[in-house]
Amino acid sequence: MKEVPLQTEVKSAKRIKVSSLAKTRKRSDYFWAYLMIAPTMLGLFIFYLWPIVQNFYFSFTEWGAFGQYEWTGLDNYKRLLEDATLVQAFKNTIIYIILTVPIGIYLSIIVAVLLNQNIKGKSIYRTLFFLPVITMPAAIAMVWKWLYNADYGMLNYLLSLVGIKGPQWVSDPNIALYSIIAVAIWSGIGYNMVIFLSGLQGIPKMYYEAAEIDGAGPVTVFFKITLPLLSPVIFFVTIMSLIGAFQVFDLIFMMIGKSSTALESTQSIVYLFYQHAFVLNDKGYAAAIAVLLLAVILIITSIQMVLQKKWVHYD
Amino acid sequence: MERTLKLFTSKTFLFHFILIVGTAAMVLPFLWMILTSLKTYAESIQVPPVLIPEDFQWGNYKEVFGLLPFFKFMYNTVIITVLRTVGQLFLCSLAAYAFARIEFPGRNILFLLTLTVLMVPGQVFLLPQYMIMVKLGWLNSLQAVVVPGLFSAFGTFLLRQFFMGLPKELEEAARLDGCNHFQIYWKVMLPLAKHGLIALGIFTTLWSWNELMWPMIVNSSPESMTLSVGLSSLQGQYLTNYPILMAGSFLAILPMLILFIFLQKQFIEGIAVTGGK
Repeated sequence: MKEVPLQTEVKSAKRIKVSSLAKTRKRSDYFWAYLMIAPTMLGLFIFYLWPIVQNFYFSFTEWGAFGQYEWTGLDNYKRLLEDATLVQAFKNTIIYIILTVPIGIYLSIIVAVLLNQNIKGKSIYRTLFFLPVITMPAAIAMVWKWLYNADYGMLNYLLSLVGIKGPQWVSDPNIALYSIIAVAIWSGIGYNMVIFLSGLQGIPKMYYEAAEIDGAGPVTVFFKITLPLLSPVIFFVTIMSLIGAFQVFDLIFMMIGKSSTALESTQSIVYLFYQHAFVLNDKGYAAAIAVLLLAVILIITSIQMVLQKKWVHYD
Repeated sequence: MERTLKLFTSKTFLFHFILIVGTAAMVLPFLWMILTSLKTYAESIQVPPVLIPEDFQWGNYKEVFGLLPFFKFMYNTVIITVLRTVGQLFLCSLAAYAFARIEFPGRNILFLLTLTVLMVPGQVFLLPQYMIMVKLGWLNSLQAVVVPGLFSAFGTFLLRQFFMGLPKELEEAARLDGCNHFQIYWKVMLPLAKHGLIALGIFTTLWSWNELMWPMIVNSSPESMTLSVGLSSLQGQYLTNYPILMAGSFLAILPMLILFIFLQKQFIEGIAVTGGK
Protein backbone atom coordinates (compact mmCIF):
# COMPACT_ATOMS: atom_id res chain seq x y z
CA MET A 1 0.00 0.00 0.00
CA LYS A 2 2.73 2.35 0.92
CA GLU A 3 4.69 1.66 -2.22
CA VAL A 4 4.88 4.11 -5.06
CA PRO A 5 1.74 3.78 -7.15
CA LEU A 6 3.86 3.49 -10.25
CA GLN A 7 4.70 -0.13 -10.23
CA THR A 8 4.54 -2.74 -12.88
CA GLU A 9 1.37 -4.71 -13.02
CA VAL A 10 3.22 -7.95 -12.62
CA LYS A 11 4.70 -6.84 -9.32
CA SER A 12 1.42 -5.80 -7.79
CA ALA A 13 -0.31 -8.91 -9.01
CA LYS A 14 2.40 -10.93 -7.35
CA ARG A 15 1.96 -9.08 -4.09
CA ILE A 16 -1.75 -9.58 -4.04
CA LYS A 17 -1.19 -13.22 -4.72
CA VAL A 18 1.30 -13.59 -1.87
CA SER A 19 -0.87 -11.81 0.67
CA SER A 20 -3.98 -13.69 -0.35
CA LEU A 21 -1.96 -16.88 -0.15
CA ALA A 22 -0.96 -16.01 3.40
CA LYS A 23 -4.58 -15.31 4.13
CA THR A 24 -5.83 -18.59 2.77
CA ARG A 25 -3.05 -20.34 4.60
CA LYS A 26 -4.11 -18.70 7.82
CA ARG A 27 -7.71 -19.54 7.15
CA SER A 28 -6.80 -23.15 6.51
CA ASP A 29 -4.75 -23.11 9.73
CA TYR A 30 -7.81 -22.03 11.69
CA PHE A 31 -9.97 -24.56 9.96
CA TRP A 32 -7.67 -27.43 10.84
CA ALA A 33 -7.01 -26.20 14.36
CA TYR A 34 -10.71 -26.00 15.23
CA LEU A 35 -11.41 -29.29 13.56
CA MET A 36 -8.65 -30.99 15.52
CA ILE A 37 -9.52 -29.63 18.92
CA ALA A 38 -13.28 -29.92 18.41
CA PRO A 39 -13.84 -33.48 19.65
CA THR A 40 -11.76 -33.08 22.79
CA MET A 41 -13.04 -29.60 23.61
CA LEU A 42 -16.63 -30.69 23.05
CA GLY A 43 -16.11 -33.72 25.29
CA LEU A 44 -14.42 -31.65 27.96
CA PHE A 45 -17.23 -29.09 27.87
CA ILE A 46 -20.02 -31.64 28.14
CA PHE A 47 -18.48 -34.05 30.61
CA TYR A 48 -16.10 -31.89 32.64
CA LEU A 49 -16.42 -28.11 32.33
CA TRP A 50 -20.19 -27.74 32.40
CA PRO A 51 -20.42 -30.31 35.23
CA ILE A 52 -18.19 -28.05 37.35
CA VAL A 53 -20.78 -25.30 36.98
CA GLN A 54 -23.61 -27.74 37.57
CA ASN A 55 -21.99 -29.15 40.68
CA PHE A 56 -21.79 -25.64 42.11
CA TYR A 57 -25.46 -25.22 41.37
CA PHE A 58 -26.35 -28.59 42.92
CA SER A 59 -24.52 -27.59 46.07
CA PHE A 60 -27.27 -25.02 46.69
CA THR A 61 -30.10 -27.52 46.30
CA GLU A 62 -31.81 -30.26 48.21
CA TRP A 63 -32.89 -33.50 46.57
CA GLY A 64 -36.11 -35.41 46.93
CA ALA A 65 -36.71 -39.12 46.52
CA PHE A 66 -37.58 -38.97 42.83
CA GLY A 67 -34.72 -36.94 41.48
CA GLN A 68 -36.41 -33.56 41.84
CA TYR A 69 -34.50 -30.84 43.66
CA GLU A 70 -35.15 -27.40 45.00
CA TRP A 71 -33.03 -24.36 45.74
CA THR A 72 -32.12 -24.13 49.41
CA GLY A 73 -29.42 -21.47 49.30
CA LEU A 74 -26.56 -21.92 51.70
CA ASP A 75 -28.20 -24.66 53.75
CA ASN A 76 -25.79 -27.36 52.61
CA TYR A 77 -22.80 -25.22 53.46
CA LYS A 78 -24.20 -24.49 56.90
CA ARG A 79 -24.66 -28.20 57.33
CA LEU A 80 -21.02 -28.79 56.38
CA LEU A 81 -19.91 -26.69 59.32
CA GLU A 82 -22.07 -28.56 61.82
CA ASP A 83 -21.57 -32.09 60.55
CA ALA A 84 -19.53 -34.00 63.12
CA THR A 85 -19.10 -36.96 60.76
CA LEU A 86 -17.59 -34.67 58.17
CA VAL A 87 -15.20 -33.17 60.72
CA GLN A 88 -14.17 -36.71 61.63
CA ALA A 89 -13.75 -37.63 57.95
CA PHE A 90 -11.65 -34.52 57.48
CA LYS A 91 -9.47 -35.53 60.40
CA ASN A 92 -9.10 -39.06 59.03
CA THR A 93 -8.10 -37.72 55.65
CA ILE A 94 -5.55 -35.35 57.16
CA ILE A 95 -3.97 -38.14 59.23
CA TYR A 96 -3.91 -40.29 56.10
CA ILE A 97 -2.16 -37.54 54.14
CA ILE A 98 0.29 -36.57 56.86
CA LEU A 99 1.48 -40.16 57.09
CA THR A 100 1.26 -41.52 53.55
CA VAL A 101 2.75 -38.59 51.66
CA PRO A 102 6.02 -37.94 53.55
CA ILE A 103 6.71 -41.58 54.44
CA GLY A 104 5.87 -42.69 50.91
CA ILE A 105 8.17 -40.09 49.40
CA TYR A 106 10.95 -40.81 51.86
CA LEU A 107 10.89 -44.55 51.21
CA SER A 108 10.67 -44.20 47.45
CA ILE A 109 13.63 -41.81 47.39
CA ILE A 110 15.68 -44.37 49.32
CA VAL A 111 14.74 -47.12 46.89
CA ALA A 112 15.39 -44.86 43.89
CA VAL A 113 18.82 -43.83 45.18
CA LEU A 114 19.76 -47.46 45.80
CA LEU A 115 18.56 -48.48 42.34
CA ASN A 116 20.50 -45.62 40.81
CA GLN A 117 23.74 -47.27 41.99
CA ASN A 118 25.69 -49.59 39.85
CA ILE A 119 24.47 -52.83 41.38
CA LYS A 120 23.53 -56.18 39.98
CA GLY A 121 19.92 -57.12 39.31
CA LYS A 122 18.58 -53.61 39.57
CA SER A 123 16.09 -54.04 36.76
CA ILE A 124 14.63 -57.05 38.58
CA TYR A 125 14.34 -55.05 41.79
CA ARG A 126 12.73 -52.23 39.88
CA THR A 127 10.18 -54.53 38.26
CA LEU A 128 9.23 -56.10 41.59
CA PHE A 129 8.82 -52.74 43.31
CA PHE A 130 6.54 -51.75 40.45
CA LEU A 131 4.17 -54.72 40.88
CA PRO A 132 1.68 -53.02 43.23
CA VAL A 133 1.40 -50.10 40.79
CA ILE A 134 -0.15 -52.27 38.09
CA THR A 135 -2.44 -54.05 40.53
CA MET A 136 -6.00 -52.82 40.95
CA PRO A 137 -6.65 -51.29 44.36
CA ALA A 138 -9.64 -53.58 44.80
CA ALA A 139 -7.37 -56.64 44.62
CA ILE A 140 -4.70 -55.01 46.81
CA ALA A 141 -7.36 -54.32 49.42
CA MET A 142 -8.52 -57.94 49.30
CA VAL A 143 -5.13 -59.50 49.81
CA TRP A 144 -4.23 -57.12 52.62
CA LYS A 145 -7.54 -57.69 54.32
CA TRP A 146 -6.65 -61.33 54.29
CA LEU A 147 -3.14 -60.73 55.64
CA TYR A 148 -4.68 -58.50 58.32
CA ASN A 149 -7.35 -61.04 59.27
CA ALA A 150 -7.34 -61.12 63.07
CA ASP A 151 -7.88 -64.87 63.48
CA TYR A 152 -6.28 -66.52 60.47
CA GLY A 153 -4.19 -63.76 58.95
CA MET A 154 -0.49 -64.17 58.28
CA LEU A 155 0.44 -61.00 60.12
CA ASN A 156 -1.03 -61.99 63.45
CA TYR A 157 0.40 -65.46 63.08
CA LEU A 158 3.90 -64.02 62.64
CA LEU A 159 3.33 -61.76 65.64
CA SER A 160 2.20 -64.72 67.71
CA LEU A 161 5.54 -66.40 66.99
CA VAL A 162 7.25 -63.66 68.96
CA GLY A 163 4.60 -63.77 71.65
CA ILE A 164 2.51 -60.78 70.63
CA LYS A 165 -1.22 -61.03 70.35
CA GLY A 166 -1.98 -59.14 67.17
CA PRO A 167 -4.79 -56.60 67.07
CA GLN A 168 -7.95 -56.48 64.97
CA TRP A 169 -6.21 -54.65 62.16
CA VAL A 170 -9.20 -53.54 60.15
CA SER A 171 -12.03 -53.55 62.65
CA ASP A 172 -10.45 -51.86 65.67
CA PRO A 173 -11.40 -48.18 65.31
CA ASN A 174 -8.10 -47.09 66.84
CA ILE A 175 -5.96 -49.05 64.43
CA ALA A 176 -7.86 -49.49 61.15
CA LEU A 177 -6.86 -46.15 59.68
CA TYR A 178 -3.18 -46.90 60.25
CA SER A 179 -3.57 -50.34 58.67
CA ILE A 180 -4.98 -48.65 55.57
CA ILE A 181 -2.19 -46.09 55.60
CA ALA A 182 0.42 -48.88 55.65
CA VAL A 183 -1.16 -50.47 52.57
CA ALA A 184 -1.35 -47.11 50.80
CA ILE A 185 2.34 -46.49 51.40
CA TRP A 186 3.19 -50.03 50.31
CA SER A 187 1.28 -49.69 47.06
CA GLY A 188 2.60 -46.24 46.18
CA ILE A 189 6.35 -46.74 46.57
CA GLY A 190 6.86 -48.21 43.11
CA TYR A 191 5.14 -45.35 41.32
CA ASN A 192 7.12 -42.59 42.99
CA MET A 193 10.32 -44.61 42.84
CA VAL A 194 10.15 -44.73 39.04
CA ILE A 195 9.66 -40.97 38.82
CA PHE A 196 12.51 -40.28 41.24
CA LEU A 197 14.74 -42.71 39.40
CA SER A 198 14.28 -40.86 36.14
CA GLY A 199 14.90 -37.60 38.00
CA LEU A 200 18.15 -38.98 39.43
CA GLN A 201 19.28 -40.12 36.02
CA GLY A 202 18.77 -36.59 34.78
CA ILE A 203 21.34 -35.18 37.18
CA PRO A 204 24.54 -34.50 35.19
CA LYS A 205 27.47 -36.73 36.15
CA MET A 206 29.84 -33.77 36.32
CA TYR A 207 28.37 -32.63 39.63
CA TYR A 208 29.31 -35.94 41.20
CA GLU A 209 32.74 -35.89 39.63
CA ALA A 210 33.35 -32.41 40.96
CA ALA A 211 32.23 -33.49 44.42
CA GLU A 212 34.56 -36.45 44.30
CA ILE A 213 37.49 -34.19 43.46
CA ASP A 214 36.56 -32.03 46.42
CA GLY A 215 36.64 -35.16 48.57
CA ALA A 216 32.98 -35.07 49.63
CA GLY A 217 31.64 -38.20 51.34
CA PRO A 218 28.48 -40.00 50.20
CA VAL A 219 26.29 -38.35 52.84
CA THR A 220 27.47 -34.86 51.89
CA VAL A 221 26.97 -35.67 48.23
CA PHE A 222 23.44 -36.81 48.92
CA PHE A 223 22.44 -33.72 50.87
CA LYS A 224 24.41 -31.13 48.91
CA ILE A 225 23.98 -32.43 45.38
CA THR A 226 21.40 -35.16 44.94
CA LEU A 227 18.65 -33.72 47.11
CA PRO A 228 18.79 -30.10 45.83
CA LEU A 229 18.97 -31.22 42.21
CA LEU A 230 16.13 -33.63 42.76
CA SER A 231 14.00 -31.00 44.48
CA PRO A 232 11.88 -30.06 41.43
CA VAL A 233 10.91 -33.72 41.08
CA ILE A 234 10.26 -34.01 44.81
CA PHE A 235 8.06 -30.95 44.57
CA PHE A 236 6.09 -32.42 41.68
CA VAL A 237 5.65 -35.78 43.40
CA THR A 238 4.59 -34.05 46.63
CA ILE A 239 1.86 -32.08 44.88
CA MET A 240 0.58 -35.10 42.98
CA SER A 241 0.67 -37.33 46.08
CA LEU A 242 -1.15 -34.70 48.13
CA ILE A 243 -3.90 -34.36 45.56
CA GLY A 244 -4.16 -38.12 45.21
CA ALA A 245 -4.20 -38.70 48.97
CA PHE A 246 -7.00 -36.16 49.42
CA GLN A 247 -9.12 -38.32 47.15
CA VAL A 248 -8.50 -41.65 48.88
CA PHE A 249 -11.49 -43.93 48.45
CA ASP A 250 -10.84 -47.37 46.92
CA LEU A 251 -8.81 -48.86 49.76
CA ILE A 252 -11.22 -47.66 52.44
CA PHE A 253 -14.26 -48.76 50.50
CA MET A 254 -12.84 -52.23 49.93
CA MET A 255 -11.17 -52.83 53.29
CA ILE A 256 -13.72 -51.42 55.68
CA GLY A 257 -17.16 -52.96 55.56
CA LYS A 258 -20.25 -50.77 55.33
CA SER A 259 -21.30 -51.79 58.83
CA SER A 260 -17.80 -52.00 60.30
CA THR A 261 -17.12 -50.58 63.75
CA ALA A 262 -14.11 -48.83 62.24
CA LEU A 263 -16.03 -47.01 59.50
CA GLU A 264 -16.45 -43.80 61.46
CA SER A 265 -12.75 -43.59 62.24
CA THR A 266 -11.56 -44.42 58.72
CA GLN A 267 -13.93 -42.87 56.23
CA SER A 268 -12.42 -40.12 54.12
CA ILE A 269 -13.97 -37.00 52.63
CA VAL A 270 -14.45 -38.72 49.29
CA TYR A 271 -15.97 -41.76 50.97
CA LEU A 272 -18.49 -39.46 52.61
CA PHE A 273 -19.11 -37.78 49.27
CA TYR A 274 -19.82 -41.17 47.73
CA GLN A 275 -22.15 -42.11 50.58
CA HIS A 276 -24.22 -38.95 50.34
CA ALA A 277 -24.27 -38.83 46.55
CA PHE A 278 -24.99 -42.43 45.62
CA VAL A 279 -26.13 -44.33 48.71
CA LEU A 280 -28.16 -41.81 50.72
CA ASN A 281 -29.38 -39.86 47.68
CA ASP A 282 -28.41 -36.66 49.44
CA LYS A 283 -26.97 -35.22 46.27
CA GLY A 284 -27.09 -31.53 47.15
CA TYR A 285 -25.05 -32.08 50.26
CA ALA A 286 -22.65 -34.35 48.35
CA ALA A 287 -22.13 -31.55 45.83
CA ALA A 288 -21.25 -29.20 48.69
CA ILE A 289 -18.71 -31.75 49.97
CA ALA A 290 -17.17 -31.86 46.48
CA VAL A 291 -16.89 -28.06 46.49
CA LEU A 292 -15.23 -28.20 49.89
CA LEU A 293 -12.77 -30.76 48.55
CA LEU A 294 -11.99 -28.55 45.58
CA ALA A 295 -11.40 -25.55 47.83
CA VAL A 296 -9.10 -27.47 50.16
CA ILE A 297 -7.06 -28.93 47.31
CA LEU A 298 -6.68 -25.50 45.69
CA ILE A 299 -5.56 -23.97 48.99
CA ILE A 300 -3.04 -26.72 49.69
CA THR A 301 -1.66 -26.54 46.16
CA SER A 302 -1.29 -22.76 46.36
CA ILE A 303 0.49 -23.00 49.70
CA GLN A 304 2.87 -25.52 48.17
CA MET A 305 3.43 -23.22 45.20
CA VAL A 306 4.44 -20.41 47.53
CA LEU A 307 6.54 -22.59 49.79
CA GLN A 308 8.42 -24.15 46.88
CA LYS A 309 10.41 -20.95 46.40
CA LYS A 310 12.09 -21.73 49.70
CA TRP A 311 13.31 -25.21 48.89
CA VAL A 312 13.02 -26.08 45.22
CA HIS A 313 16.13 -25.41 43.13
CA TYR A 314 15.71 -24.98 39.42
CA ASP A 315 18.86 -24.90 37.34
CA MET B 1 43.27 -50.53 48.22
CA GLU B 2 42.16 -53.65 50.00
CA ARG B 3 40.36 -51.59 52.58
CA THR B 4 38.39 -49.66 50.01
CA LEU B 5 37.52 -52.90 48.26
CA LYS B 6 36.21 -54.33 51.51
CA LEU B 7 34.25 -51.17 52.21
CA PHE B 8 32.83 -51.32 48.72
CA THR B 9 31.69 -54.90 49.02
CA SER B 10 30.14 -54.34 52.43
CA LYS B 11 28.28 -51.33 51.05
CA THR B 12 26.99 -53.38 48.13
CA PHE B 13 25.95 -56.07 50.56
CA LEU B 14 23.99 -53.55 52.59
CA PHE B 15 22.28 -52.20 49.46
CA HIS B 16 21.28 -55.66 48.35
CA PHE B 17 20.06 -56.48 51.82
CA ILE B 18 17.77 -53.44 51.92
CA LEU B 19 16.51 -54.05 48.41
CA ILE B 20 15.81 -57.72 49.05
CA VAL B 21 13.84 -56.92 52.18
CA GLY B 22 11.93 -54.28 50.23
CA THR B 23 11.12 -56.46 47.24
CA ALA B 24 10.13 -59.32 49.54
CA ALA B 25 7.60 -56.99 51.14
CA MET B 26 6.31 -56.18 47.66
CA VAL B 27 6.11 -59.73 46.34
CA LEU B 28 5.11 -61.87 49.33
CA PRO B 29 1.51 -60.58 49.52
CA PHE B 30 1.05 -61.61 45.88
CA LEU B 31 2.58 -65.00 46.54
CA TRP B 32 0.26 -65.42 49.50
CA MET B 33 -2.66 -64.46 47.29
CA ILE B 34 -1.80 -67.21 44.82
CA LEU B 35 -1.10 -69.83 47.48
CA THR B 36 -4.33 -69.06 49.33
CA SER B 37 -6.29 -69.23 46.09
CA LEU B 38 -5.24 -72.86 45.73
CA LYS B 39 -6.25 -74.00 49.22
CA THR B 40 -9.37 -75.57 50.55
CA TYR B 41 -11.36 -73.38 52.88
CA ALA B 42 -10.30 -75.57 55.82
CA GLU B 43 -6.65 -75.21 54.91
CA SER B 44 -6.95 -71.45 54.65
CA ILE B 45 -8.09 -71.08 58.25
CA GLN B 46 -5.67 -73.50 59.83
CA VAL B 47 -3.34 -72.26 62.56
CA PRO B 48 -0.41 -72.43 62.11
CA PRO B 49 -1.04 -71.56 58.47
CA VAL B 50 -0.53 -74.12 55.75
CA LEU B 51 2.11 -72.68 53.44
CA ILE B 52 1.73 -74.96 50.44
CA PRO B 53 -1.69 -76.54 49.95
CA GLU B 54 -1.72 -80.31 49.91
CA ASP B 55 -3.66 -80.50 46.65
CA PHE B 56 -3.86 -77.46 44.45
CA GLN B 57 -7.53 -76.54 44.40
CA TRP B 58 -7.87 -75.35 40.82
CA GLY B 59 -11.56 -75.80 41.40
CA ASN B 60 -11.56 -72.49 43.29
CA TYR B 61 -11.02 -70.69 40.02
CA LYS B 62 -13.81 -72.64 38.40
CA GLU B 63 -16.01 -71.72 41.31
CA VAL B 64 -15.32 -68.01 40.84
CA PHE B 65 -16.53 -68.30 37.26
CA GLY B 66 -19.58 -70.15 38.49
CA LEU B 67 -20.44 -67.65 41.20
CA LEU B 68 -20.23 -64.57 39.05
CA PRO B 69 -20.06 -63.96 35.30
CA PHE B 70 -16.34 -63.32 35.57
CA PHE B 71 -15.69 -63.80 31.87
CA LYS B 72 -18.26 -61.14 31.18
CA PHE B 73 -16.51 -58.80 33.65
CA MET B 74 -13.22 -59.45 31.96
CA TYR B 75 -14.71 -58.85 28.53
CA ASN B 76 -16.30 -55.58 29.72
CA THR B 77 -13.07 -54.39 31.27
CA VAL B 78 -11.04 -55.22 28.16
CA ILE B 79 -13.50 -53.44 25.85
CA ILE B 80 -13.66 -50.38 28.09
CA THR B 81 -9.89 -50.23 28.50
CA VAL B 82 -9.13 -50.66 24.80
CA LEU B 83 -11.71 -48.15 23.59
CA ARG B 84 -10.73 -45.53 26.15
CA THR B 85 -7.04 -45.94 25.44
CA VAL B 86 -7.30 -45.88 21.66
CA GLY B 87 -9.84 -43.06 21.76
CA GLN B 88 -7.76 -40.93 24.08
CA LEU B 89 -4.60 -41.48 22.10
CA PHE B 90 -6.30 -40.28 18.94
CA LEU B 91 -8.41 -37.42 20.30
CA CYS B 92 -5.82 -36.07 22.75
CA SER B 93 -3.04 -36.15 20.21
CA LEU B 94 -5.20 -34.33 17.65
CA ALA B 95 -6.03 -31.57 20.10
CA ALA B 96 -2.50 -31.50 21.46
CA TYR B 97 -1.07 -31.03 17.97
CA ALA B 98 -3.36 -28.09 17.30
CA PHE B 99 -2.56 -26.48 20.66
CA ALA B 100 1.16 -26.96 20.22
CA ARG B 101 1.72 -26.23 16.53
CA ILE B 102 -1.01 -24.01 15.14
CA GLU B 103 -1.80 -20.45 16.08
CA PHE B 104 -5.49 -19.72 16.13
CA PRO B 105 -7.81 -17.25 17.82
CA GLY B 106 -8.93 -18.47 21.24
CA ARG B 107 -6.07 -20.88 21.67
CA ASN B 108 -4.99 -19.58 25.05
CA ILE B 109 -8.42 -19.43 26.56
CA LEU B 110 -9.29 -22.92 25.36
CA PHE B 111 -6.04 -24.28 26.70
CA LEU B 112 -6.68 -22.56 30.01
CA LEU B 113 -10.04 -24.30 30.19
CA THR B 114 -8.30 -27.61 29.57
CA LEU B 115 -5.92 -26.87 32.44
CA THR B 116 -8.89 -26.04 34.65
CA VAL B 117 -10.22 -29.55 34.18
CA LEU B 118 -6.79 -30.86 35.13
CA MET B 119 -6.79 -28.92 38.40
CA VAL B 120 -10.24 -29.92 39.60
CA PRO B 121 -10.61 -33.16 41.62
CA GLY B 122 -12.71 -35.81 39.88
CA GLN B 123 -15.47 -35.85 42.47
CA VAL B 124 -16.60 -32.40 41.34
CA PHE B 125 -17.65 -33.80 37.93
CA LEU B 126 -19.12 -37.02 39.22
CA LEU B 127 -22.66 -36.03 40.17
CA PRO B 128 -23.45 -34.05 37.00
CA GLN B 129 -21.83 -36.78 34.90
CA TYR B 130 -24.09 -39.27 36.59
CA MET B 131 -27.10 -37.09 35.82
CA ILE B 132 -26.05 -36.98 32.16
CA MET B 133 -25.92 -40.78 32.10
CA VAL B 134 -29.38 -40.97 33.65
CA LYS B 135 -30.76 -38.55 31.04
CA LEU B 136 -29.15 -40.45 28.17
CA GLY B 137 -30.44 -43.73 29.57
CA TRP B 138 -26.89 -45.04 29.64
CA LEU B 139 -26.85 -46.53 33.13
CA ASN B 140 -25.65 -50.12 33.03
CA SER B 141 -24.00 -49.84 29.67
CA LEU B 142 -20.40 -49.92 28.57
CA GLN B 143 -20.63 -46.51 26.91
CA ALA B 144 -21.34 -44.95 30.30
CA VAL B 145 -17.74 -45.72 31.22
CA VAL B 146 -16.22 -45.43 27.75
CA VAL B 147 -17.59 -42.14 26.48
CA PRO B 148 -16.58 -39.73 29.27
CA GLY B 149 -13.25 -41.55 29.34
CA LEU B 150 -12.48 -40.67 25.71
CA PHE B 151 -11.66 -37.08 26.60
CA SER B 152 -8.71 -36.24 28.75
CA ALA B 153 -7.31 -32.91 29.80
CA PHE B 154 -4.29 -34.71 31.19
CA GLY B 155 -3.61 -36.52 27.93
CA THR B 156 -3.98 -33.34 25.90
CA PHE B 157 -1.61 -31.52 28.22
CA LEU B 158 0.94 -34.32 28.23
CA LEU B 159 1.05 -34.73 24.45
CA ARG B 160 1.12 -30.99 23.88
CA GLN B 161 4.40 -30.94 25.80
CA PHE B 162 5.76 -33.52 23.39
CA PHE B 163 4.64 -31.72 20.25
CA MET B 164 6.03 -28.43 21.51
CA GLY B 165 9.48 -29.95 21.77
CA LEU B 166 9.67 -30.93 18.09
CA PRO B 167 11.59 -28.76 15.61
CA LYS B 168 9.68 -26.36 13.37
CA GLU B 169 11.64 -27.24 10.21
CA LEU B 170 9.99 -30.63 9.83
CA GLU B 171 6.63 -29.05 9.56
CA GLU B 172 7.77 -26.39 7.09
CA ALA B 173 9.25 -29.06 4.85
CA ALA B 174 6.03 -31.02 4.91
CA ARG B 175 4.04 -27.88 4.12
CA LEU B 176 6.18 -27.11 1.11
CA ASP B 177 5.35 -30.59 -0.09
CA GLY B 178 1.71 -29.56 0.06
CA CYS B 179 0.67 -31.44 3.18
CA ASN B 180 -2.25 -30.11 5.18
CA HIS B 181 -2.24 -30.05 8.97
CA PHE B 182 -3.86 -33.40 9.35
CA GLN B 183 -1.27 -34.98 7.09
CA ILE B 184 1.56 -33.31 8.99
CA TYR B 185 0.08 -34.51 12.26
CA TRP B 186 -0.45 -38.02 11.02
CA LYS B 187 2.70 -38.59 8.96
CA VAL B 188 5.30 -36.39 10.60
CA MET B 189 4.37 -35.56 14.17
CA LEU B 190 2.73 -38.72 15.51
CA PRO B 191 5.72 -40.96 14.82
CA LEU B 192 7.97 -38.43 16.54
CA ALA B 193 5.80 -38.27 19.64
CA LYS B 194 5.95 -42.03 20.08
CA HIS B 195 7.26 -41.86 23.64
CA GLY B 196 4.47 -39.56 24.68
CA LEU B 197 1.85 -41.77 23.07
CA ILE B 198 3.21 -44.86 24.77
CA ALA B 199 3.23 -43.06 28.10
CA LEU B 200 -0.36 -41.88 27.75
CA GLY B 201 -1.41 -45.30 26.48
CA ILE B 202 0.07 -47.09 29.50
CA PHE B 203 -1.34 -44.53 31.90
CA THR B 204 -4.86 -44.73 30.47
CA THR B 205 -4.78 -48.51 30.29
CA LEU B 206 -3.80 -48.83 33.94
CA TRP B 207 -6.32 -46.24 35.01
CA SER B 208 -9.24 -47.76 33.09
CA TRP B 209 -8.43 -51.29 34.18
CA ASN B 210 -8.21 -50.43 37.87
CA GLU B 211 -10.84 -47.73 38.28
CA LEU B 212 -13.49 -48.45 40.87
CA MET B 213 -15.81 -45.57 41.75
CA TRP B 214 -17.23 -44.43 38.41
CA PRO B 215 -17.91 -47.91 36.98
CA MET B 216 -19.48 -48.84 40.31
CA ILE B 217 -21.80 -45.84 40.23
CA VAL B 218 -23.02 -46.23 36.66
CA ASN B 219 -22.81 -49.98 36.11
CA SER B 220 -24.19 -52.08 38.92
CA SER B 221 -25.74 -54.87 36.87
CA PRO B 222 -23.54 -57.90 36.18
CA GLU B 223 -23.90 -57.49 32.40
CA SER B 224 -21.95 -54.26 32.39
CA MET B 225 -19.75 -54.61 35.49
CA THR B 226 -15.99 -54.28 35.36
CA LEU B 227 -13.52 -56.46 37.24
CA SER B 228 -12.90 -53.95 40.04
CA VAL B 229 -16.60 -53.69 40.76
CA GLY B 230 -16.99 -57.45 40.35
CA LEU B 231 -14.36 -57.98 43.04
CA SER B 232 -16.20 -55.74 45.44
CA SER B 233 -19.44 -57.61 44.84
CA LEU B 234 -17.62 -60.92 45.24
CA GLN B 235 -16.44 -59.66 48.60
CA GLY B 236 -19.97 -58.69 49.52
CA GLN B 237 -21.20 -62.22 48.87
CA TYR B 238 -18.32 -64.38 50.08
CA LEU B 239 -17.14 -62.33 52.99
CA THR B 240 -14.84 -64.89 54.57
CA ASN B 241 -14.14 -67.51 51.95
CA TYR B 242 -10.63 -66.30 51.30
CA PRO B 243 -9.53 -68.98 48.81
CA ILE B 244 -12.39 -67.87 46.55
CA LEU B 245 -11.71 -64.19 47.12
CA MET B 246 -8.01 -64.65 46.38
CA ALA B 247 -8.76 -66.62 43.23
CA GLY B 248 -11.03 -63.81 42.07
CA SER B 249 -8.42 -61.17 42.91
CA PHE B 250 -5.71 -63.02 41.08
CA LEU B 251 -7.89 -63.46 38.01
CA ALA B 252 -8.66 -59.75 38.05
CA ILE B 253 -5.01 -58.72 38.05
CA LEU B 254 -3.69 -61.49 35.78
CA PRO B 255 -4.28 -59.81 32.38
CA MET B 256 -2.53 -56.62 33.50
CA LEU B 257 0.27 -58.71 35.02
CA ILE B 258 0.84 -60.51 31.72
CA LEU B 259 0.81 -57.23 29.82
CA PHE B 260 3.31 -55.82 32.30
CA ILE B 261 5.65 -58.79 31.96
CA PHE B 262 5.80 -58.27 28.20
CA LEU B 263 5.97 -54.49 28.25
CA GLN B 264 7.97 -53.83 31.41
CA LYS B 265 10.19 -51.21 29.86
CA GLN B 266 7.28 -49.31 28.33
CA PHE B 267 5.32 -49.41 31.58
CA ILE B 268 8.14 -48.08 33.70
CA GLU B 269 9.32 -45.48 31.20
CA GLY B 270 5.75 -44.47 30.51
CA ILE B 271 5.04 -43.79 34.17
CA ALA B 272 8.36 -41.96 34.51
CA VAL B 273 7.35 -39.73 31.59
CA THR B 274 3.91 -38.91 32.98
CA GLY B 275 5.62 -37.83 36.18
CA GLY B 276 8.54 -36.01 34.69
CA LYS B 277 6.73 -33.67 32.34
